[in-house]
Amino acid sequence: MSILEVRDLGVAFGPIHPLSGVNFSIKKGETLGIVGESGSGKSLTAMSIMGLLPLFGGRITSGSINFDGQDLTKLTDRAWRKLRGGRIGLITQNPMTSLNPLQKIGPQVDEVAILHLGMSRAQARTRTVEILGTLRIPEPEATCNRYPHQMSGGMKQRIVIAMALAAKPDALIADEPTTALDVTVQAQIIRLLDDLVKKRDLALVLITHDMSVIAQTCDKVVVMYAGRAIEQGPVATIFESPHHPYTQALIGCIPHGLAENERLNRIKGTVPTVMNYPKGCPFHPRCPRAATICSTTQPQFASVGESSAACHFVIGDAS
Amino acid sequence: MNVFTIRDRWMNALARSSIRRAFSSGIGMVSGGFLIILVLTAIFAPWITPFDYAAQNLANSNAPPGWPHLLGTDEFGRDVLSRVIYGARTSLSVSATAIAISVSVGMTLGAAAGYFGGAFERMVMTVVDLTWSFPDILIALIFVAILGPGLTSTTFAIAIAYLAQFTRLTRAQIVRLKQETFIEATINLGARPAHILLRHLLPNAVAPVIVAGMLAIGDGIILEATLGFFGLGAQPPTPSWGAMMSSGSAQLFLSPWILIFPGVAVAVTVIAINLFGDELIRALDIRDRMREA
Repeated sequence: MSILEVRDLGVAFGPIHPLSGVNFSIKKGETLGIVGESGSGKSLTAMSIMGLLPLFGGRITSGSINFDGQDLTKLTDRAWRKLRGGRIGLITQNPMTSLNPLQKIGPQVDEVAILHLGMSRAQARTRTVEILGTLRIPEPEATCNRYPHQMSGGMKQRIVIAMALAAKPDALIADEPTTALDVTVQAQIIRLLDDLVKKRDLALVLITHDMSVIAQTCDKVVVMYAGRAIEQGPVATIFESPHHPYTQALIGCIPHGLAENERLNRIKGTVPTVMNYPKGCPFHPRCPRAATICSTTQPQFASVGESSAACHFVIGDAS
Repeated sequence: MNVFTIRDRWMNALARSSIRRAFSSGIGMVSGGFLIILVLTAIFAPWITPFDYAAQNLANSNAPPGWPHLLGTDEFGRDVLSRVIYGARTSLSVSATAIAISVSVGMTLGAAAGYFGGAFERMVMTVVDLTWSFPDILIALIFVAILGPGLTSTTFAIAIAYLAQFTRLTRAQIVRLKQETFIEATINLGARPAHILLRHLLPNAVAPVIVAGMLAIGDGIILEATLGFFGLGAQPPTPSWGAMMSSGSAQLFLSPWILIFPGVAVAVTVIAINLFGDELIRALDIRDRMREA
């Protein structure tokens, strides 16, 4: 039984449609990776799930987001506030600026349990200290009395994770949680998230542009390009036999013990901007295999084994 | 925890506080010290003043500075020193009350406008900008003309004259802060608008507004003195620096001390407030944010 199911999601900002046809589902205890280049619609997907689009002037134009039996696209503001932070937690990519600089850590984390679990201040503090402990933050009590500027980036990201976890959510969305951190800390945070999924039976949606993070932690993966999902399936299958040329190219870009003088692989060209998504398959201008049909007709999803991809070569109407 | 750690913590808190940092420079110490003495003088006026500020002695009118009237007497033989000290009470309390009203109303309006935006913001800011486009003295005069002369109407007139400044400053802060990631993060955690506004936006917006308020008290004193000079402020026999200068101006060449001493009081007080306000801006490190209005 999936806790979160996104079906045919489409988003519009005025006349612009930066996101369309996104489908995926996730169970408790599972990690779903969403991967893609900047501007491919990863964060928009997260914002849609959190109901944050109106804040930025966007709206959901099609599809449904089903969370534990509720359709999130039809919620009122009040119902949204209960859900956000209460049942779905969001971890954003910038821990440096995600905390109120004037408030101590303790009260900021307490607030979540007070708001969503109706705890008293003292109860909430006990819980905060406990959560900070499980996130392996040294000296949890002393940390509660520190200000954000007294902490390192990695520690701040842990605090942000603590806030997301404070109300015992069922699902967690991590939008590039490690982008702003240095490499050693990145590994720690990823391992921590992985641990949490297993111990707390969370459903984690991990948004990243790092294929190696996906390979390490996810069960399923959705590859996005130019506002569309173009391939999805179990991680092992996607990595072993990617079907979409874009996925193949992405995996080809992962560095793997390069010889001296050998150059890193890259995908030619750049991601199209929202204003001029190409007709047909959005990847065709950069695709090494592009045929005529690719520039005229948008490919539909077709299943291949356990995964599915939106490519004319997979469907079989291009050769 | 032993006595020493408690003392250390206390010392640390003191060392960190911005007020203390404002006092740390020479200018800050002199101007801040003067203001503290001035406020204490105003508060303890009945015990400090050598004479009753209203007691007339026509036999000894227009006496030059000397003993026992250190700053001389006015045309009714009243002690100028006592009247200047009591005048500090009038000026400071009228100006501070007016600015306090102005800051509270301005912050509320500005915060609401900045946070909710839309038609409400346009409506508030249009009215506020309209008052902003008139000189303070003109707005104050209009309101005194409507409400009639006196200290209460002077207070309200000053409050309304400076309302635009605080509304604009607060709104600018809130609009800027709304873009910050931690506000977005708070929304993501499901916080209610009131919580976001009161716990996260306002505390981060308050510093420049407080300093602007502090500086505006100086302007308020001048405005109060101006209204007093025109006879629209404190009514006799209540001493006010502006009113004293007004009556003194009639005898400028005969007994200049009646005009000079309250004038010096206004000038020194306003200069001290401005200098200390500057030091406070430096101590809080908010010079850029002060310009946002």
